[in-house]
Amino acid sequence: MNNETNSANPPRILVVDDEAAIRRFLQTVLSSGDFCVQQAENGHLALAAAAAFRPDLILLDLGLPDMDGVEVIKRLREWSKVPIIVLSVREREDDKVKALDAGADDYLTKPFGIGELLARIRVALRRAVQQAPAPIYKIDDLEVDLVHRRIVAGGREVQLTPTEYDLLRLLVTHAGKVLTHRQILRQIWGAGYVEQPHVLRVNISNLRHKIEKDSSRPRYILTEAGVGYRLKADF
Amino acid sequence: MNNNGEEKRPSPEALLKLAKAEEDKAAKGRLKIFLGYAAGVGKTYTMLAVAQQLRREGADVVAAYVESHGRTETDALLRGLEAIPKATIRYQGVLLPELDLDAVLARRPQIALVDELAHTNAPGMRHEKRWQDVQELLNADIDVYTTVNIQHFESLNDIVAQITGVIVRETVPDLLLDQADEIRLVDISPDELLQRLHEGKVYIPSQAAQAMEKFFQPGNLIALRELSLRHAAMRVDDQMRAYMETRAIPGPWPAAERLLVCVSGSPFSERLMRITRRLANEMKAPWYAVYIESPGDDKFARENRERIWRDLRLAENMGAEVATITASSVADALVDYAVRHNVTKIVVGKPAKSRWREFLRPPLVDQIIRRSGTIDVYVVSISAAGRREGFAPAARKKIPWPGYMSAVVLVGGASLICAALIPFFSPTNMAMIYLLAVVLAGIRLGREPAILAAFLGVLAFDFFFVPPYFTFAVADKEYLLTFFALFTVGAVISTLVAKGRQRVETMQTREVQTASLYYLSRDLAAAADTYTIMQAVHKNIRESLNAAIMFFFPDGEQLTLMDDGAGLAPDIKEQAVAGWAFRNQQPAGRGTSTLSSAAFLYLPLKTSINVLGVLGIRLAKETDYTSPQPRLLLDAFASQTAMALERVQFAHQAEQARILLTRENLERALLNSISHDLRSPLATITGILSSLQDEGGGLNDTARRELLATAGEEAARLNRFVGNLLDMTRLEAGVIKLKEEPCDVQDLIGCALAHLEQRLGERPVSINLPPGLPLVLMDMVLMNQVLINLLDNAVKFSPPGSAIDIIVRIDRKSLFIETGDRGPGVPDHDLTRIFDKFYQVPVPEGAAGTGLGLSICKGIVEAHGGTIRAENRAGGGLRVICRLPLKITPKENGQHE
Repeated sequence: MNNETNSANPPRILVVDDEAAIRRFLQTVLSSGDFCVQQAENGHLALAAAAAFRPDLILLDLGLPDMDGVEVIKRLREWSKVPIIVLSVREREDDKVKALDAGADDYLTKPFGIGELLARIRVALRRAVQQAPAPIYKIDDLEVDLVHRRIVAGGREVQLTPTEYDLLRLLVTHAGKVLTHRQILRQIWGAGYVEQPHVLRVNISNLRHKIEKDSSRPRYILTEAGVGYRLKADF
Repeated sequence: MNNNGEEKRPSPEALLKLAKAEEDKAAKGRLKIFLGYAAGVGKTYTMLAVAQQLRREGADVVAAYVESHGRTETDALLRGLEAIPKATIRYQGVLLPELDLDAVLARRPQIALVDELAHTNAPGMRHEKRWQDVQELLNADIDVYTTVNIQHFESLNDIVAQITGVIVRETVPDLLLDQADEIRLVDISPDELLQRLHEGKVYIPSQAAQAMEKFFQPGNLIALRELSLRHAAMRVDDQMRAYMETRAIPGPWPAAERLLVCVSGSPFSERLMRITRRLANEMKAPWYAVYIESPGDDKFARENRERIWRDLRLAENMGAEVATITASSVADALVDYAVRHNVTKIVVGKPAKSRWREFLRPPLVDQIIRRSGTIDVYVVSISAAGRREGFAPAARKKIPWPGYMSAVVLVGGASLICAALIPFFSPTNMAMIYLLAVVLAGIRLGREPAILAAFLGVLAFDFFFVPPYFTFAVADKEYLLTFFALFTVGAVISTLVAKGRQRVETMQTREVQTASLYYLSRDLAAAADTYTIMQAVHKNIRESLNAAIMFFFPDGEQLTLMDDGAGLAPDIKEQAVAGWAFRNQQPAGRGTSTLSSAAFLYLPLKTSINVLGVLGIRLAKETDYTSPQPRLLLDAFASQTAMALERVQFAHQAEQARILLTRENLERALLNSISHDLRSPLATITGILSSLQDEGGGLNDTARRELLATAGEEAARLNRFVGNLLDMTRLEAGVIKLKEEPCDVQDLIGCALAHLEQRLGERPVSINLPPGLPLVLMDMVLMNQVLINLLDNAVKFSPPGSAIDIIVRIDRKSLFIETGDRGPGVPDHDLTRIFDKFYQVPVPEGAAGTGLGLSICKGIVEAHGGTIRAENRAGGGLRVICRLPLKITPKENGQHE
């Protein structure tokens, strides 16, 4: 289905969920999508399977019976960089943020459509094999040239402040991935700014005014309410 | 036939009465009285013998208080019985053994033996009398076996006195005899008793030896024995009658008699009451004791009140229903009361001797007889036989010495004036000066000093101004007439003046009381809660009685002081007294016969159903506790307060019931909504899935895609509904904590629009944002939800393709976010109701919502301290306006770094 997948060696996906119905559904859908699927029904089995099965990606439900999903992420991150996509229900924004801060790559809110899931899986897998970010990011009318620090939106070059540029570069290098407020604040402004989200809001707002066609209905920099921002990726 | 059958059935009233009596008994201990006619008949012995028998049968019997008086047979019977140690009270240097009530209550035996029911407790014990102890034991569900002699019963007291000449002061209310579940008559012949007395087998306290000697005369003993036998027989008769009544055995039933006696406070009242009680007993009739207060009658002078009060309490003890009526005519009021209460017989005393006043006014008896109509009037002789030692007025009147002194001074002054006037007036006119002094005395000093003044005036007049001077001899006989007139006029005037003054005082007291009761009831009527009631009672009691009060209310098992700001802090002992009053539903503490050493008087706040609390009162003057006026007023206050409290409680309960009903309705609506909104999408999804499963082959691709699209929509709807339900539940449970952070309103709108991208489709959305909008503190996730719900509604309720407007405004204090659609709007009367839970605006087709979306918005906006409202737009459509308080982050950054 895409160029990362080859039939000889299909990507291995570990599905961690305590709901048998969800596991069965994912197994069916993903297997038919040319993935090799392994299941785990709780945190401990997930950790064991991650070591034995060596998956290319983990789909992790946060509400596990034996241990906190965030804890599973932390343990995994001690030795592995495997992409982790968290599955969570709508009301738990805090948990999503915690999971992302702990090292998860993305999240999906249950219930989700299979198209959405496959798109996220593709993004995560692509990002995992990418050693360095592509020097040029291009989507629709937006073109960011990281080598020459040139941004063209709607056909004309845009001037950014250094902070705005850093912000955009961070988003571009993580295109398709959700970045939490804390992650962005730490990266751009430093650890002392993680509790000052207004700095980020103002700069995002300014950035949007410069690169979006209609900043009230942004197309590139997407807000994940209560979690963070994501730059639209064209995978 | 049928009629006969009816008659033989026990009357419902009889059965009800019996059921009630048995119910009462079930909760209380049983009382068994060992009744004798004199000391030494063997009551204690018999009681102990029975107790031993019961103990052998395994009953839990303890000797709570048994006095063997050193008799060996009795001592022998005490052996093996568990005895509760007696409490010893030191009183005037003597150690007095008493029944330790609390020890018995703590021990909770099945049966307690309590000797000498009529005993008067030492001062400082909880109750004045031992029979009160016994009642408390019975109330605590402990069976009591006790001994008493017949002469101790209240209503027989005077008969016994007549027979024996000995006045028994330790009395027991007849009620106790009536309440006894069993009476065991202990009887030996008088000869045998005398024999035992001579053998020294009868214990007689040394201080009463002389009286006892008088008592133990064969004639007396025979009479007393007859009395006790007759009482026991009457009791058996009662039981027989009760038995026959419940089993509908026809027999000669007594007509329903009711007796009435008028209490006047005269020394004869008590005797009249005893007679009435005996008559009532024989007739099995209820009886009433009524005191008629009439301000025009000098018999009701203030000093009499105490006696009246005592009489009424005695009547109550003897089982009468008691009432106090104020009326101008005693006879009218009495007959009126009798008619209203279906009284059949009025008992009145025959006046002992006619007085001069009776020439002016017919005696009460005559007045009553004239008015009584069909009511029988029993005229009872109250001759000198009724006047006994014990009947001397309870409180000896204080002699008003200062009054008499002033009278002497007045007469002296009059004499001096007369002396000065000798040259100008004839001696006869000097009498007028003295008359003036007498009238003055009557007005200022009262009746007795005025009479003294009249008497002294006559003497002084004679001595100084009637020849021969400076002797009491009288030369001219005409002066005798002057003397007589002077004295008589003086006496009559002073009596009238004093009476008038008294009347005014009575009226004033009454008026003050009526007024204070009126004010209290007015304040209570306005009180809507317990606190206001307490304040009202505080204010009124302080104003009318100058008393400090406190309230106790039950708090679970405990009675706790209600903090009302008065700052009274009763110690543990006081609280215990209040607790007693509450549990026993009787007044206790100062001025009562129970725990009278307490600092406060405790009145239970009783209603017809239960006791709501206790009112503690500390009166300003010690005498107020015993005098009837404050007590009557306090009783009235207490019952009014109780009624007000009950009213508040009822109101509260009604409110609770209403709330419960509302909640039930809501829950029903919730259930309906859930079952409908959860099931219908599920039904669709299930239906589609099953059709795909069963005949998947038979469907063409288009049909299949359509079905799947529908299933997907329904699943999304289900998901929205569950989300709404969860939001609502969390909002209501108050578990949602706002996570306020600086938010870009434009970002907020963009986020919500992105969420609804699919639903919006190609609809034009106009966004009106003022430039330079600051970051505003809010919970972005929740406000995002609000906006999504509002926009979702706008989409749902407006025609496809019509525009949706979002307008943001700010002023100095608020941020306004409006969403507007071009749908049909909402009827004006529903504009506020649409924010109610489960309220759904009827919509023409399929756009049914959950009825939760807007109420969730309301909850979230209000949690932010804002408001939400809806209005119909001028050009058609609905506009919903959220107003949030404008909280701007303090470290507002500039537009650029």
